[in-house]
Amino acid sequence: MFNVMAKKFDGLIDFPILSMKYRTLVTKKFLNRKKYEVPNMKHVKSYIPGTVIKVMAKRGKKLKKGDTMLILEAMKMRNKIIMPFDGKIKVVHVKAGEMIPKDFLMVEIE
Amino acid sequence: MSLKKSILDLRKRKERVQKGGGDKAIEKQVAMGKLTARERIQALCDKDSFTEYDLFVEHEARDFGMDKKELHGDGVIIGTGTIYGSPVCLFAQDFTVAGGSLGLMHARKITKIMDHALKMRVPLIGINDSGGARIQEGVNSLAGYGEIFYRNTLASGVIPQISVILGPCAGGAVYSPALTDFVFVVDNISKMFITGPSVIKTVLGEDISMEDLGGARVHAETTGNAHFFAKSEQECFDQIKKLITYIPWNNRQKARSFPPKPPKFKGKIEDLIPSDPRQPYDIRDVIKAVVDDSDFFEIQELWAPNIVIGFGRLNGETVGFVANQPLVLAGVLDVDSSDKAARFIRFCDAFNVPIVTLEDMPGYLPGVDQEHAGVIRHGAKILYAYSEATVPKITVILRKAYGGGYIAMNSRHLGADFMMAWPTAEIAVMGPEGAANIIFKKEIELAENPDEMRKKKVEEYKKKFANPYVAAAKGYIDAVIEPSETRKLLLHAIEVSANKGVTRPDKKHGIPPF
Repeated sequence: MFNVMAKKFDGLIDFPILSMKYRTLVTKKFLNRKKYEVPNMKHVKSYIPGTVIKVMAKRGKKLKKGDTMLILEAMKMRNKIIMPFDGKIKVVHVKAGEMIPKDFLMVEIE
Repeated sequence: MSLKKSILDLRKRKERVQKGGGDKAIEKQVAMGKLTARERIQALCDKDSFTEYDLFVEHEARDFGMDKKELHGDGVIIGTGTIYGSPVCLFAQDFTVAGGSLGLMHARKITKIMDHALKMRVPLIGINDSGGARIQEGVNSLAGYGEIFYRNTLASGVIPQISVILGPCAGGAVYSPALTDFVFVVDNISKMFITGPSVIKTVLGEDISMEDLGGARVHAETTGNAHFFAKSEQECFDQIKKLITYIPWNNRQKARSFPPKPPKFKGKIEDLIPSDPRQPYDIRDVIKAVVDDSDFFEIQELWAPNIVIGFGRLNGETVGFVANQPLVLAGVLDVDSSDKAARFIRFCDAFNVPIVTLEDMPGYLPGVDQEHAGVIRHGAKILYAYSEATVPKITVILRKAYGGGYIAMNSRHLGADFMMAWPTAEIAVMGPEGAANIIFKKEIELAENPDEMRKKKVEEYKKKFANPYVAAAKGYIDAVIEPSETRKLLLHAIEVSANKGVTRPDKKHGIPPF
């Protein structure tokens, strides 16, 4: 029971910490962690899951910073999704009535 | 009525009420694979030790036709009993009575037994199996929850509080267990969440099963809300009983002493550990090699397994172990493992349990996800908990003790009483490779053969600094010891520190980075 030298562990990997690599197991949570992506300011994503109520933005339409692009209802609140800067709408990925998850790409700006 | 008759009348009344929600509801409970509230209490307490209070309490709700409803005991059983002779106060929600829903009198019974536990300074055990607030009783239900949370908080650090989730425990109800010290869950039976799958589906459009959202395994593995996971109710009760043997009745006492037993482990402790600091081993084998009877009672085994916490005995006395686990994620500190260790350290400190720290770790886990999840704030909890603790604090460094991790794992600098290191300990600001790369950057770059130069410099650094002697020379380490001496010296440290006294500045309370 205590003969550890003979103990073999399945699933060991090389795990780098600074300049060293350690033989170890990793957890499910670690494997499922979200990889970081540099945010693209031209991609407007939902910050909360919800239902699209109304879409004002149209493909090719020029909008000013602060203009409302669409209304996203979440947690019984109607949230205005506004233009982050002056620009032209490239693609609108959502329709009124559509239920979308968090981090869903709603609008692309040119 | 004659005395004889009135006794018979009492028996009849008792029998009727003790049936809870009646045969049909009990059948349903059994069909769900669950024991009844009464069976649970019997399974947990010493034989014939349970004394029930408030059996004849009735609810006072009058709205929505409630005045015509009879709810036996108002859906909860309270009372006192013993576990291996130790007194406990307990309540068990009875799902067969109105789904164990919490109304005003139900809550009053719970708060009554909580007040009793706090007054008598004995542990409180709450068995949760409830559909939640009794909607018909409106704000009275909410008041009930609030009064329970308030008492959980007052009792925190005074008496041990144990929550057992044996059915649904949803919405506000989850916060009582969350405020208690140990939460027990059983596979396929326990369900805990703030908002259930149907609400999540309607509001957010996310589809998830109850089990995947808040089943026992999720809380034992992913959220860390649960401390003990069992496959059956019986296994769960055995775990609770075992826990009771390790903890004191209250914060003014010590845990019960047991007859000392040598470890079952008979080999050489140094054989448990590979000499290459990059190779893993199971730290629990080292704990088992030093504790009485090789009996280690692990807590939160499945969550954040890169740190190991739990109780064992040294010379018959309870100690809390906090140990890096090189087998998982190389034993790093991260958000979850810091939370896990910090809370356990605070439990040990509150209840007079000495803490033994076994250290072998390369530092904090690097990564954007960790930084953004607040590893600074969470990592600080472990520093706070160790520094704050005034119980005897003993550290043994087995291999790696690098950088911030060295400081965090109960270093001398945070107030450790005994600092021991094996000769294999490497106490340094970082691993030899990293350090040599920085210190000898120029020499390495300018060398004809940089790789060879790097190797040479790493070796040089290893020899000079990757050992316990630099720290020992400053008195940061009290003793460099042979691994085979570990148990003997731990026993000695516990013996010497039996009357440890520390004075701290007066304050209302500290402000740990919650």
